[in-house]
Amino acid sequence: MTPPFILEIAFVILILAIAVGTLVARAAFTAVLLFMIYGLLIAIAWIRLSAVDVALTEAAIGGGLTGMLLLGAVARLRESEGSGEEPGLPTLLAAGTFCVLVSAALGTLVLSRPEVAPSLAPAVMDNLAQSALGNPVAAVLFVFRAFDTLLEKVVLLLALIGVWSLAPDRVWGGVPGLRLYAEPSSILVFLAQLLPPIGIMIGIYMFWTGASYPGGAFQGGTVLAAMWLLVMIARLQPVPAISLRCVRLLLVVGPVIFVAIGLLGFVFAGAFLAYPPDYAKPLIVIAEATLTLSIGVTLGLLVAGPPDRMQQP
Amino acid sequence: MANFLFGAAGFVLAMVALGLFCVLRGPSDTDRMLSAQLIGSGGVAVLLLVATVTENASIVDVALMLALLAVFAAVAFLRDASSAQIKPPNVADRA
Amino acid sequence: MTLTLNIFTIVAVSAGSFFFMAGTIGLLRFPDTMTRLHALTKVDNLGLGLIVFGLLPQAEGLLGALKLLCVWIFVQLSGAIVSQLVAQLARRDGEQR
Repeated sequence: MTPPFILEIAFVILILAIAVGTLVARAAFTAVLLFMIYGLLIAIAWIRLSAVDVALTEAAIGGGLTGMLLLGAVARLRESEGSGEEPGLPTLLAAGTFCVLVSAALGTLVLSRPEVAPSLAPAVMDNLAQSALGNPVAAVLFVFRAFDTLLEKVVLLLALIGVWSLAPDRVWGGVPGLRLYAEPSSILVFLAQLLPPIGIMIGIYMFWTGASYPGGAFQGGTVLAAMWLLVMIARLQPVPAISLRCVRLLLVVGPVIFVAIGLLGFVFAGAFLAYPPDYAKPLIVIAEATLTLSIGVTLGLLVAGPPDRMQQP
Repeated sequence: MANFLFGAAGFVLAMVALGLFCVLRGPSDTDRMLSAQLIGSGGVAVLLLVATVTENASIVDVALMLALLAVFAAVAFLRDASSAQIKPPNVADRA
Repeated sequence: MTLTLNIFTIVAVSAGSFFFMAGTIGLLRFPDTMTRLHALTKVDNLGLGLIVFGLLPQAEGLLGALKLLCVWIFVQLSGAIVSQLVAQLARRDGEQR
């Protein structure tokens, strides 16, 4: 029972306690706050499991962006009246059965793991030198499984289109209904002028260091999205209408450049998304840079939500 | 030294657990948000301590990310709290 | 030399943890939102600051130490501004009641 082991047990109990607290919290706001704290502790858990890239993403998305999304939802729920019905017994039974089945499946998987975990990690580490990158996660994302990464970025765009489709027809192409700070506050304006330059620098740093150390396009893009949202909430920049050409251009520039590099792979290296040997690193950097930008804009618009008016207020 | 720093991290985590109790208890939403800020700072401290013990500099990056997003989450909360103050919830008002 | 640095680390990190405890207890026991805000800023400034100072001798190289300082300055700056915003909100809340 060494001290680190006791610490880990206490930590796991804390995580479970927060999860239970999220479920039993009376007010939706408290539940959302506990969920964000849960995200923070899970990020620490990921670090303990040596997955620093995942910890970065968890801290950024789980703590920051998802939290803001849920807080906005709670605020909207407060303002509108719900239908007021409680779910009936059949719905509750169905939901309960589903949860039990999922938990049982997960439990069986965890408890019956094979002696030696089947893993491609040794193969990745063996071939890491060929990929001209130092971070094995980046190598998997952009060299060994680049096609999956491309599809993920397209899925992100599809999710954004799904969010946009929630808008009523008459405001299609309008301004997203991002709730702004209720009245101009000079303190918030100061924060929104001070923080974004630092944040943008941190975002670019996260993307750049992802080649050799934990980080990457997604983490950098999340930071950029958070800074953009801050500037919009403080009313320093207007929320753009989704029909604006430059918005749509920024959204697609990342995936388009990635696809273009993939198609060039046919010409220069014989397969889709294959890189010519000497140009691997520059091509990956270009792809990641444009993806960072696109991911930032996409995540920002995802949190901003569907359009709900045509004109700027 | 490593054991001491681990112990310090554990102590700060215990403070985080206490802060959680504050979140559940806090009479108003603002108090709950303050507790969340405390937990955020505690998380940053734990990450910095762990980074030093394991000599892994990228964990400091996670701490930086956490600090950044904690500010962002606070602004998100304040946005909702401020609009709840200015415009008392009124369904008829929604255009 | 290493012994002195280690002692400095132990003293500083212990002091920082003490302020963490003080801030958390303040959050628990103080009667009012404004006073709780005051306790919270002590955690950010002194608690985290002393821990960072304590970790500086153990950091890897100048760049590592600079990064630690940057994290602390950032938390302090953002904490200061956020507490101003919260205080503005809490005061208006008090006036409305």
